[in-house]
Amino acid sequence: MYPQVIHQTDKPILNVQNLSVRYNGRIALEDINFHLHVGERVAVVGPNGAGKSTLFKVVAGVLQPNQGEVKISGSNPLVHQCIAYIPQRSQVDWSFPVNVADVVMMGRNAKLGLFKLPSKKDWDFVNHVLETVQLNDLSKRQINQLSGGQQQRMFIARALAQEAELMLMDEPLTGLDTPAQESLLDLLDTLKGQNVTVMVATHDLEQASRHFDRIMLLNHKIIAFDKPSSVMKTENLLQAYGARLRSVHGEENLLALDDSCCDEEHDF
Amino acid sequence: MSFLLEPLSYEFMLRGMIAAVMVGIVCAVIGTFVVLRGMAFFGDALAHTILPGIALGYLISGNAREVLFWWALGTAIVASLGIGAISKQAQLKEDTAIGIIFAGMFALGIALISTVRSYAVDLSHFLFGDVLGVSTQSLWLILIFGGIILLIVIAFYKEFTTISFDPILALTLRLPVNLLNNLLLILIAVTVAVSLQTVGVALMVAMLVTPAATASMLTHRLPVMMILAAGIASFSSVVGLYLSYYFSIASGSAIVLTATFLFILGFLWKRTKSI
Repeated sequence: MYPQVIHQTDKPILNVQNLSVRYNGRIALEDINFHLHVGERVAVVGPNGAGKSTLFKVVAGVLQPNQGEVKISGSNPLVHQCIAYIPQRSQVDWSFPVNVADVVMMGRNAKLGLFKLPSKKDWDFVNHVLETVQLNDLSKRQINQLSGGQQQRMFIARALAQEAELMLMDEPLTGLDTPAQESLLDLLDTLKGQNVTVMVATHDLEQASRHFDRIMLLNHKIIAFDKPSSVMKTENLLQAYGARLRSVHGEENLLALDDSCCDEEHDF
Repeated sequence: MSFLLEPLSYEFMLRGMIAAVMVGIVCAVIGTFVVLRGMAFFGDALAHTILPGIALGYLISGNAREVLFWWALGTAIVASLGIGAISKQAQLKEDTAIGIIFAGMFALGIALISTVRSYAVDLSHFLFGDVLGVSTQSLWLILIFGGIILLIVIAFYKEFTTISFDPILALTLRLPVNLLNNLLLILIAVTVAVSLQTVGVALMVAMLVTPAATASMLTHRLPVMMILAAGIASFSSVVGLYLSYYFSIASGSAIVLTATFLFILGFLWKRTKSI
């Protein structure tokens, strides 16, 4: 019931080939090819409905592709428990009667196995990851009493409790104020040392280019996937955002984006 | 004291009391998941949908409650998985599809039962319960199946919690989410069959939802919510039966009214606290 897989360390942590996904006849993702190495941090940027959530769900093995394949360290995602999907905050039932430590402990369910209750060691582990995300003081707090930034940090702690090696974060910065965004990004930087590979879906191009090794510009297809300076070019952005992007003076660095809203992607 | 003890000197009252408390506890524990997952309408529909099954048993094997239990149990399990499957189809909106089926099945049940000349009394027992008519054999069925439900909930507590709070997490942890979802549907079905005799199909949803909803206003911890809900439900069952005894109120509705009164108290308490 709980698969245990040995990772082939010579293989990329994530390898996506010829991936296509359709929803009700509509194309969500088309011919996606890329791979990530262990410890990389990548921002996935694109307009609403570009397929960012879909891509994450296929990578996590939650959604099956129509074509192509996803390999995690050389094998099918379905045999891995090391992939953490961190949902958009608007998708979570915050009134659910659990506290922060309860939610983080859910990440250890697979490690615990059936019929077993968490031991002292598991609670110690949960406290340890809560310390990592600086939430140890709030471990007994009901989850709807957390700020947006604290909610995101709780889910990162849950991913660490899951011992995730690939973390997929869906719009974690949306709806956070700037200090909360910066502290979340700082936290992701401190995780660099733990060999956790991180993919973050975001709207914020400027933050993406400052904090991530590579940026994937996505609009059903991959328009560009490279280091930030190579991706952030007018032609790429125009291709991704089309009419929603206005070129104010036609000079580089002067692009206005008409896509700052944060509707969810209604494609799953 | 004799006020409390006198009714219990009747064996049918004692049996009814034990049955009502057990049903209250089981409904409250399962009902906690029903409330958290927003399945109240599913529970109501499921209870109504089993009526044709009971009716068929009634026509074939008479009105012995121990036999009808098995008919109710079988129909409830088939209906729960059927409704579960229907809600995954995208043709109609889920609540519309469930609404059509449950009303149709309910009507079919009434139609079948009405073919028997003296149907009125039995029908009202199916609809509203007949806790004072619980036989020793029925009581054992309620205790055994209720006990099995509670054991399964305890065994799969953390899995049920995880699939209810975050199904995508459950999938990435590679838990058998479909299997667990269906197991929960079956548990709701067995709960419905077990509760048939105490509250009847028409009031069943109240036992599933009301105590759990009351408890949800009083705590933010799931295990505490379950225990509180079970306590509220057993208290309602006991108080309801005394009310029924002393004021000659129909037992099922007395239990549900007590639970509803406690919900209103909880609601008002919560309101005054938040002001």
